Amino acid sequence: MVKPEVYKSLGLNDNEYQKILDILKREPTPTELAMFSVEWSEHCGYTRSRNWLKLLPKKGKYKSLIGEDSGGIIVDDLAVIFKMESHNHPSQVEPKQGAATGVGGIIRDIFTAGARPIASLNSLRFGSLTQTYNRYLLRGVVDGIQFYGNCVGVPTVGGEIYFDESYTGNCLVNVMCIGVAKKTKLARARATGYGNSIMYVGSSTGRDGIGGCSVLASHEFKESEEKRPAVQIGDPFTEKCLIEATLEALATGYVIGIKDMGAAGITCSTSEMASAGNSGMEVDIARVPRRESNMQPWEVMMSESQERMLVCVKKGKEKEIERIFSKWDLNAVVIGKVTDDGVVRIKDKGKIVAEIKAHSLTQSPVYDMPYKKPNYLDRLNKLDINKIPEPKNYNETLLKLLSSPSICSKKWVYEQYDHMVQTNTAVLPGSDASVLRLKGTNKALAATADCNSRYCFLNPYRGAQIAVAEAARNLVCSGAQAAAVTDCLNFGNPEKPDRFWQFKNCMEGIADACKFFDIPVVSGNVSFYNESPKGAIHPTPAIGMIGVINDIKKVCTQYFKKENEIIILLGSSKEELGGSEYLKVIHGLIKGDAPQLDLRLERAVQQTAQEAIKKGLASSAHDCSEGGLAVTLAECCISNNDNVMGALIDNLDFIGRKDTALFGESQSRIVISCNKKSAGKIRAIAQNFAAPFRIIGTTGGKNLKISSGKNVLINLPIKRILDKWTNSLQSLITA
Amino acid sequence: MKFGVVVFPGSNCDRDCFYTVKNVLKQPVKYIWHKQTKLDDIDCAILPGGFSYGDYLRTGAIARFSPLMKQIYRFAQKGGLVIGICNGFQILLEAGLLPGAMLRNKNLHFICKYVYIKTETNKTPFTNFCSRNQILKIPIAHNEGNYYIDKSGLKTLEENRQIVFRYCSQDGAVNNQSNPNGALANIAGIINKNGNVLGMMPHPERSSEKILGSEDGFLIFKSIAAWLNPKI
Amino acid sequence: MLNVEIYITLKKTVSDPQGLTIKHALESLGYQNLQEVRVGKLVTITLNSEDKKKAKQKINEMCRKLLANLIIEDYSFRIKEV
Repeated sequence: MVKPEVYKSLGLNDNEYQKILDILKREPTPTELAMFSVEWSEHCGYTRSRNWLKLLPKKGKYKSLIGEDSGGIIVDDLAVIFKMESHNHPSQVEPKQGAATGVGGIIRDIFTAGARPIASLNSLRFGSLTQTYNRYLLRGVVDGIQFYGNCVGVPTVGGEIYFDESYTGNCLVNVMCIGVAKKTKLARARATGYGNSIMYVGSSTGRDGIGGCSVLASHEFKESEEKRPAVQIGDPFTEKCLIEATLEALATGYVIGIKDMGAAGITCSTSEMASAGNSGMEVDIARVPRRESNMQPWEVMMSESQERMLVCVKKGKEKEIERIFSKWDLNAVVIGKVTDDGVVRIKDKGKIVAEIKAHSLTQSPVYDMPYKKPNYLDRLNKLDINKIPEPKNYNETLLKLLSSPSICSKKWVYEQYDHMVQTNTAVLPGSDASVLRLKGTNKALAATADCNSRYCFLNPYRGAQIAVAEAARNLVCSGAQAAAVTDCLNFGNPEKPDRFWQFKNCMEGIADACKFFDIPVVSGNVSFYNESPKGAIHPTPAIGMIGVINDIKKVCTQYFKKENEIIILLGSSKEELGGSEYLKVIHGLIKGDAPQLDLRLERAVQQTAQEAIKKGLASSAHDCSEGGLAVTLAECCISNNDNVMGALIDNLDFIGRKDTALFGESQSRIVISCNKKSAGKIRAIAQNFAAPFRIIGTTGGKNLKISSGKNVLINLPIKRILDKWTNSLQSLITA
Repeated sequence: MKFGVVVFPGSNCDRDCFYTVKNVLKQPVKYIWHKQTKLDDIDCAILPGGFSYGDYLRTGAIARFSPLMKQIYRFAQKGGLVIGICNGFQILLEAGLLPGAMLRNKNLHFICKYVYIKTETNKTPFTNFCSRNQILKIPIAHNEGNYYIDKSGLKTLEENRQIVFRYCSQDGAVNNQSNPNGALANIAGIINKNGNVLGMMPHPERSSEKILGSEDGFLIFKSIAAWLNPKI
Repeated sequence: MLNVEIYITLKKTVSDPQGLTIKHALESLGYQNLQEVRVGKLVTITLNSEDKKKAKQKINEMCRKLLANLIIEDYSFRIKEV
């Protein structure tokens, strides 16, 4: 008789346990109980989110591919596969290994689809750097990403880092990987064909991270110290060998299906591969290569040892596969075979330790969670900007914003990442989006990860829409057309109705914005229970977006190129300050509503910029986001280290308060620079798309000068701006 | 002329070097697996960057015992051209084909960025397409690029003009500010006494195409090609 | 069986930025009178052998050949019977 405290400690409730009894018509064995607990957890089974994930569009301009563990799009004869995934809780406990294994896991999801990983991005969130532990977390996470990513030879080309108190006690580490394959060479994560062999490949199995997935990912954090043993250790060298061996093995045509052993290792991979293939599977875990002695069957089943995969191989071709893996000094062992009775049968030295219908494991219960708008929101949304004092010194305000860790240069971080290996990175980190050329074609991909979670906190629906709009805007600024999304949905405890309301509204926001822009969501990940004793994190639906650049020669970057060029603002500034970095950094307020968003205006602005870049008219294009127009202009001046230059901005449209025009975060704005001849042509394009267009100044000089009539608001030497922006992060970290 | 790119487990710039030779330099090239006991018919061996054997123990320490390294040694003795880039340089040091050793970067971080290097001599098979003192914009990406050699070793290097590249500023100043990793005497690349084995930390294959931000690294590939076949 | 502990450290003449950083960190935690901090590696090897003299010779060889780079590193070791 299994005691309630046992199944409860595994994360199963009374109803779920009863359901297991009904399915099996007997008591579960310890191994079976462990298997159900994992497959029915939110992490694997999407039990609480699934009803809302259905809202997301699956089709767009490019043909989309939805695989078992990742998704992508077809670009000509190539498949571009990508996915973003969270590794928040492991990173909060042990930042270096947590982040490292996050990178390793997402890379495996890509190459098990048959695609060679060509780039990684990440989206990170930490609490304030004034706290020692948060600094430790940032340093550790960056160290983990560089340790794994650099060695494995996949460039880390971009991402975002934000800081907010809500992440103290629960940092976010979301990692995204992009891979490319010939579209005819994709692999699936399923087992089919009676009698075909099931092989275990990669590293040996130890007790790493046992229960990590259900215990770590499904409970709120209380005492992270105690959970240390569940941390897995990453081995990027083995992973690099695994990439090469796997791609070599897939090229033989003898591999029917392949799956990473990620969360809950062999449990997930056996049941999900059998279920996806509508077949059964029989494996003997006594044959699993181990590096620790006396492991219990359930421990072998639950182990989250890294760099392992399960492969379904054509009967009779096992030796060929073994030969390839042993060339790379990797294990490749037959541990079982495909059956046709739909049952996952796990044996230990011939003795059955688990016997469950594959579908009953993967068809996890789905819950309709109650939701309710949080009580605090109406109060927070009320912002009377007349009560906010206007800055006395705009120079100081701008410098303060530029040194805010969420805005300042992330060079200290990305220079620790190898962002150039594979020689595809055409736009290096530090511009709106990273650009990767596609070797052998005239095309390139642009990639970005975006989310302003403060907007999502103040207005989840619009905040999520803005995340999609901004990601698309970033891609457009690099010369790309937005093509597809992977989302990493980080939220608090879904059992609390106010948290679930945030989730529900964000899902609706993403769905509506993606449908409007005709962008499918092809893959993603849900991470709930991101809470510390102080409360939930800000809702953070990180949007990873991929765009396609049809002509690699038409790539654009954010920084000014030449002196005496025209500076144009597409879009218009509204008198709004809600949720801005300015309000937080300068006035200490997280208040107001998220910026307004008119999707049609957004589209008009994006189409204008896209057309201008495509026609070769724009020298630079930069999205206007956190910190507002003043920060955007400063970044245009300083973000090319080899060639910084000033700008004279003397024709801004100040409709109301000056701080709203300079630091407000109105959406749908892009700053473009171009030569004098092109300005008229861009104006015509803007008129055609009905996008607001205004020439606001010229590039050149050694200062950034912004004036309103005769009133000079900002006048700062570029050198000073550059110093503040470049060195702030490092000095905060090493404080 | 034929190029061979050596592949160790953990090499991760092998495909980049291969691509540069094949698609940019447009010369024949093949991969050479580290377990091979015979070196194919090649004119220039490239030891690429990466993390051979995970950089476990010390960078390059395990790779140098690969069966192929004996052949590389023999090939070098006979005057064959060998270029080690980044991890390849570290392997050449461990193998004793070049003098000195690598320490961790002074700031204790991996550093990936564009730097400038000064071509100290163009009288080598690897730099004959450069002008003397030419400044090249070329990226580095390493954890252990802090070159070390004892005093007498440095003296020998200087006297024999074996220092091929030094880190410098955009306008050519060789000093502490322009030294990214703490390397002794700003050394970024050295050559053996016989002048046929070059090791360099910066990555020429990452700066051989305009689309990547610099074509300066391509001068090194062109130099090798010109040396091997003066007619082209 | 013999249990061997091999210590590999940077030579005294080679600067050790890791050691310096740790020294600085310790000092900022209030630990004083630190003359020097240096970081090294510990390699443990269990040998299926009882012959200490032979083992010593073998370990020396391993160190020179692979475990230490004598240009920048020194090594020392301890052999214990288990």
